[in-house]
Amino acid sequence: MPAEFALSDRPHAEQLAVLRTQIAAAQAERGPALAFGIDALDSRLADHGLDGAGLHELAAASSTLNDDAAATLFAAGIAARFANKPGFTILWALTRFDLYAPGLEQVGLGPDRIFYAQGRKDAEVLAMAEDGLRDGSLACVVAEVKAADQTATRRLQLAASDGKTPILLYRRHRSRDRCPLEQPSSAMTRWRIGCAPSTRLPYAGVGRERWSIELVRQRSGNPFSLEVEACDDTGRLALPAAALHRAVAPVRALHQAA
Amino acid sequence: MPKGGGWRPGARGARDGALPAKPTQTEIDALPAHQRPTSRELSRRSESAEHPFRAMRPDEGMSGSAPARLHTFPVWTRPTILIERTGQKEIVTAACPVALDLGLRPGMAAAHARALVPDLDVREADPKADRALLDRLALHAVGYWTPIASVADSDGLWLDLSGTTHLFGGEERFCRRLLRFLRRVGFTATIAIAGTPGAAHALARYGGAAITILPPGAESEAMVDLPLAALRLAPEALTAASRFGLERVGDLYPMPRGPLAKRLGLSTVTRLDQARGAVAEPIVPVIPFEVPRVERRLLEPIGTAEAITQVIGDLIDDMVTLLQARGLGLRAAVLSCLRVDGQEQRIGFGTARATRNATHLKRLAAMRVETIEPDLGIEAMALTAPRVEELHAAMIAAADLAGGDRAPDIAPLVDQLAGRVGEDALFRIVPRESDVPERAVRRAPALATPTGWPRWKRPVRLLKRPELLASVVALLPDHPPRRFVWRGRPYRVVAGDGPERIHGEWWRSRREMWAVRDYFRVEAEGGERFWLFRRGDGVEAPTGDLSWYMHGLFG
Repeated sequence: MPAEFALSDRPHAEQLAVLRTQIAAAQAERGPALAFGIDALDSRLADHGLDGAGLHELAAASSTLNDDAAATLFAAGIAARFANKPGFTILWALTRFDLYAPGLEQVGLGPDRIFYAQGRKDAEVLAMAEDGLRDGSLACVVAEVKAADQTATRRLQLAASDGKTPILLYRRHRSRDRCPLEQPSSAMTRWRIGCAPSTRLPYAGVGRERWSIELVRQRSGNPFSLEVEACDDTGRLALPAAALHRAVAPVRALHQAA
Repeated sequence: MPKGGGWRPGARGARDGALPAKPTQTEIDALPAHQRPTSRELSRRSESAEHPFRAMRPDEGMSGSAPARLHTFPVWTRPTILIERTGQKEIVTAACPVALDLGLRPGMAAAHARALVPDLDVREADPKADRALLDRLALHAVGYWTPIASVADSDGLWLDLSGTTHLFGGEERFCRRLLRFLRRVGFTATIAIAGTPGAAHALARYGGAAITILPPGAESEAMVDLPLAALRLAPEALTAASRFGLERVGDLYPMPRGPLAKRLGLSTVTRLDQARGAVAEPIVPVIPFEVPRVERRLLEPIGTAEAITQVIGDLIDDMVTLLQARGLGLRAAVLSCLRVDGQEQRIGFGTARATRNATHLKRLAAMRVETIEPDLGIEAMALTAPRVEELHAAMIAAADLAGGDRAPDIAPLVDQLAGRVGEDALFRIVPRESDVPERAVRRAPALATPTGWPRWKRPVRLLKRPELLASVVALLPDHPPRRFVWRGRPYRVVAGDGPERIHGEWWRSRREMWAVRDYFRVEAEGGERFWLFRRGDGVEAPTGDLSWYMHGLFG
């Protein structure tokens, strides 16, 4: 290859086509990526969705328990969409069990879809997650850890692509003001989730929850941040309806321009 | 001096004036507690203690070992009867000796018995438990006395003693031994040995003696005076016979068989012939369940991991063939390795669902290979399956055959993870019938198939115990708080939903009789969403003290 490239500065069209077909074949082998169903999100992701055989990391935006709950629900929603065929199960591995299963059911992870594995320390959780990934019988694995070094994430990424099972690694905060995503990792995507004020309703009550999600890093793509409405009962996110005076004007301007 | 003459400085025998003479009890009592001689120094045996394992229940019906001892030997101080309800009537099914002396008989109405004896202990009969105990006795009999034994009716056992009593020193001694055993276990019994099951059945129940041993061929004479009920006749036949004035078995002997069959039924004639030995009546023996076991004895002792894995693989192949022949699936297995030095090592592993998949079992066993210590070498290995379940072909849906998109089976993964962290660390959360949030969930095995919860809004993380909120400002009775302080941080609430009222479970404790929690879902200024509750409904004082708690967090 290098010799061929040396012939001219720019690669030929055939070479590019060959490379494209190779990449397409590799991607087809990995299975389709799981799209969020939101154009603003999917178009900015390199795979147009979450890779179904890769490691995805997420963390709460701050160490408060609210952001922690938001990140948990974000992970649960993705896991629920990975497991939306009947009979498919996900594994949730953790060290300290404080999840409330009725709450998980409300984003689509019913009690028949999920089983938990409680390890004594992070190393055990990572080992169980790896076992679950290599087995290949799970729809998704969620692992909650406080610390996982580069080697551990590399292992998880390899296991995920071997077993063709996605893994969501949820890094919990260890200290108050250090983001757990500062450590290097070989994840496909890394997300940071925080709570945002919900839309005020015209009557008394709490509107649909909103989260500010931030893609900190992704392979072959750029970071971005976005505000979305929280998962519904099948785990799907939604874009908040834009305020009237802002949404209408640019559309009309575009029409006039065209 | 110690035995053997060896002398150590500081040894008990070397102390000055150690154990000069046996002290008397008054001298011992005068000493302070820590100086009193131990019971061993006084050469006194400690009291005999119950063997710690003997009192344990054996596994149900597995090894045919002796039935568990009854906890207390019944000493009948109060008259006791057992009753059984049939329709609207309560019938006495059994009475203790004291009650029998007072004139209470099985078969009479319970109300009648209560009227006759004022201080009567009446308990429910439990025929299932009786039957289970008899089954276990029969299994014990198969294990220890005779290969052919079975349960007779609801109150007896049949033992085929042909060719076995000489092992116990003759029929007489066998019977005495049997009685002693039963007394130890807590039963009284009458035993009859006869040439036919029918005659033995009749004599054991109506003969009157504790031990009856009939010489061969004497069945007819022995039964002449017994009542007709001894022949195991149908109730209709018994009433018909009493109408004809036939009361004893001997009354039937001279009667012509044709009219007898016509009036009392053919089964009566058959029963009579069976008791007299004219018709054979085989005993259908209980067959004790044999635990599947395979064994390999090795020519040379082995010690390397590869060799051990090979033998384990062979054992598992043998076991799978055995299980397949019997239609069983393995739930737990014990691998025992006999070493050259006579030590035995046991390694157990289990599965979450019955299986006889050789590769899966081999993988489970391979996870444990490293715990085997071969030392000088292993010369024999055996694999037993103490827990098995029936495993037959299962139907699969037609859609699975066509589509090929079948839901994968996670049981092998569960086994593998259980081998890593233990069985208790894998679980599902399943609903429990309760509205109190912390009681609505419970853990279940990883392969359970639970249903869901009602769709009330619930947080995703629940605090281990509710945390008290400080300086809450709220309108009573049913508004969410305006502001509160939690973990030292003030929050200003901008929106709230609620209340969702949850009442205490009065059937659990008196404190919850009137208790009420009003739950609110609130959003604070920065977008944080909380699940709070107030104790009390804000109107009635006994429902709670109006204190506010944080219970969970929404995303």
